[in-house]
Amino acid sequence: MNRRDFLRFATGASVLPGAMLSTAGVAWATVPADARYRNLLVLIELKGGNDGLNTLVPYASPTYYALRPKLAIARDKVVKLSDAAGLHPALEPLLPLWNSRELAVLQGVGYPEPNLSHFRSIEIWDTASKSAEYLQEGWLTRTFAAAPTPADFAADGVIVGSSDLGPLAGAGTRAIALANTEQFLRQARLAIPEGNARNRALQHILKVEADIVQAASHLNADHAFSTEFPQGGFGNAIKTACQVIANRAGVAVVRVTLSGFDTHSGQSGTQARLLGELAGGLVALKSALVELDRWNDTLVLTYAEFGRRPKENLSNGTDHGTASVHFATGGRVAGGMYGEQPALDRLSGDGNTGYAIDFRSVYATVLDRWWGVPSTGPLGGRFAPLPILRA
Amino acid sequence: MKSYSIVAMLAAAFIAFPAIASAPLNYDDARHLLNRTGFGATDAEIRRMVGMTREEAARTLLAATRATAVTAPPAWTNDAGPLRYPRGENASDMERKQFQQEQIRDGLELRGWWLDEMLATPSPLTERMTLFWHNHFVSSQQKVKLAQLMYRQNVTLRAHALGRFGDLLHAIARDPAMVIYLDSAQNRKGAPNENFARELMELFTLGEGNYGEQDIKDAARAFTGWSLDRDSGRFVFRRFVHDYGSKTVLGRSGYFDGDDVLDILLAKAQTAEFITRKLWREFVSADPDEAEVKKIASRFRDSRYDIKVALEALLVSDAFYAKENRGVLVKSPVDLVVGTLKQFDLKPGGPVPFAVAAAAMGQNLFSPPNVKGWPGGEAWINTSTLLARKAFLDRLFRADDAGASMADASARAMTPVPKQVIAAGGVQESEIARRIRFMRAMERGLKSVQFDSAAWLAELDTTEQARAEAATRLLLAYAPQAAADPASAPLAMVRQIVLDAAYQLK
Repeated sequence: MNRRDFLRFATGASVLPGAMLSTAGVAWATVPADARYRNLLVLIELKGGNDGLNTLVPYASPTYYALRPKLAIARDKVVKLSDAAGLHPALEPLLPLWNSRELAVLQGVGYPEPNLSHFRSIEIWDTASKSAEYLQEGWLTRTFAAAPTPADFAADGVIVGSSDLGPLAGAGTRAIALANTEQFLRQARLAIPEGNARNRALQHILKVEADIVQAASHLNADHAFSTEFPQGGFGNAIKTACQVIANRAGVAVVRVTLSGFDTHSGQSGTQARLLGELAGGLVALKSALVELDRWNDTLVLTYAEFGRRPKENLSNGTDHGTASVHFATGGRVAGGMYGEQPALDRLSGDGNTGYAIDFRSVYATVLDRWWGVPSTGPLGGRFAPLPILRA
Repeated sequence: MKSYSIVAMLAAAFIAFPAIASAPLNYDDARHLLNRTGFGATDAEIRRMVGMTREEAARTLLAATRATAVTAPPAWTNDAGPLRYPRGENASDMERKQFQQEQIRDGLELRGWWLDEMLATPSPLTERMTLFWHNHFVSSQQKVKLAQLMYRQNVTLRAHALGRFGDLLHAIARDPAMVIYLDSAQNRKGAPNENFARELMELFTLGEGNYGEQDIKDAARAFTGWSLDRDSGRFVFRRFVHDYGSKTVLGRSGYFDGDDVLDILLAKAQTAEFITRKLWREFVSADPDEAEVKKIASRFRDSRYDIKVALEALLVSDAFYAKENRGVLVKSPVDLVVGTLKQFDLKPGGPVPFAVAAAAMGQNLFSPPNVKGWPGGEAWINTSTLLARKAFLDRLFRADDAGASMADASARAMTPVPKQVIAAGGVQESEIARRIRFMRAMERGLKSVQFDSAAWLAELDTTEQARAEAATRLLLAYAPQAAADPASAPLAMVRQIVLDAAYQLK
């Protein structure tokens, strides 16, 4: 059995639920151009590859404890969501979201023929390509090219606290990367959008200058939240994201990054700290969006290049893996468990798990169901949306 | 060895040079060559190169390259004793925090030192190549932590920067910072860690698509036991955790160790092509000419990977001087910062604030974002980094400096800012308060430079009418968005030119 066959075998069971759902999303397809993107998407990148097995812990599985003699989360520490799985203790602040059925847990999100390189795998996620296909543009870049955002939007998307544009990479999008809104507005007066572009590099610079001027004319930075944002880099990034969202001029997507998940050694402390920051940030994000009356039209999704290998390594860490667990939350998210727990007793030759949900099905959910723009073009094929949204 | 390299040089010379000598370099050619191979050439440097042939110019630059820095490194780099860091589970939180702050402070000093070296070196090409290799054989202080090891790696990169790629590869594979960064220290018989082996093939030699998963697995086994001594921080081979079994790498089988695997990779044409393509992108254009790359790569490999052979071939090529390749590369943040300081002859009170400024633009020396390094090119410019660049230039050229307040700021910035700032609050000071104090000190540091725009312009040309043109020609590799008005005040003229989008290009 070759690798491809193995994966098909390992993930065979998951094809069924996807197929059953495939009719659900198609009907909404065309929303009039000026009404598009009134629903907001917030992406949270867990950079470095978060360990899914210690995020959603299969605490009833003896195999899990056998694979992880040092790193396993003790049964009595797990924040139990079902009789099979529960959250890492640092994610306990998410429990109210779970209880109000606004937290969808997407198990085993991945793709066929997984690549274990950070750069290549995040490129696959960001461009929504097949494993062996190289695409230049991000999946959102292609989406906005096919179905543009309204002209009065401040920007297509805002990238907070990272200069890497990820799903918004490539020519054509109006993507604003900023660390904080005040500074952005102060500096924006230095942008000079005029001039003729005669080479590619200069063309790019002039376009960025024009994007700055457009965004600055719409954004302001002085919304007073009563929400208290957590201290630290990620808390600040969430706060900045909320400042962006508070502006009247729209943006379709905001991306925030939480880095440091590449836990090849000494994983326990690092991951606990990062998941704590994630949970604190998500709680503050909800609170601020409720203040803005945007919680019901916001969909928050986490993503990462990959999960980590089930078997711990000898450095108290984990190596690059494949599918992983991700979260979706928002006022119209239908909370609950989706996908399947990784089959720890059926690992591939290199010790990794198959996937249960193709990440492009998550994207199709955003495009077909959340925004009502056709997903087949931008995603290069039909992927069944997930039933994670309430009407 | 010596005689070999002479033969190689002659052989390279014979093959490399076109039959007809090229026309002598004019001002624009010389500026193009100096800005691509160094940082922000001055008018005087350009004039010294005008009239040379392409070959003379390239050989002059290559003959001046160095293997060591001229700037004295931070004092702690000479510490001969065991490395100090919190060990094991027993270290207290206090110890850990103290260690962390020490490393931040030393790391800043290290960044400042390298920036100083880029400004002071008689061979900017040496520093540009050291930076090129830093972005190829990436290690980051974010993971390595110990500034001492980052310094030693930098010394190794410079020692081989214009030597032989094979020597550099072998040296880097056992470089302690690299051993930590790509987890070689965790790579043991029976429990291999593939991190180094994977990046070795994907990023350091062959490039993606030229090897399989099994090659990585067996290469990883060959590097088992490549570790470092915990006290000295020096490379050590731990034979008890080395896998002495037979391995198969790229179709060859044997009882390979790590060095054997490196030689197998060096024997592959793809390695020479991968490196040549990357050099092309660094020096010539974003779109390598595949036919030319293959030619230069085979010469490079035949010269036993003499980096100067590859560089010379690129620097005399028609593509390098082609009109369509002028002003098409985006300056890196370090290019912009060091180049601006150099071109305007600005003398900062201390280099650290300028290294921090480059970091804010997306290039934090000694801390590339990931093992793939800074992607460079157009990716340097997005709304956030472009504004950071413009704000930096705006701050430098906001007002002419003659007043006493500037002298005062300069005096304050002379003291080694980071030490003072980070130590002052001690470990108790909150992270945010410390960060604010730090950023204020950095701001003061940026204001410490003095610039007399009228004097600077006067040196460029004697007539007022010609000054705008001369300054534009010196500073911009591409036509400006709007031509500078010869009648404008000196500082306004300089500001207009540096805030022009074309100033971001080289």
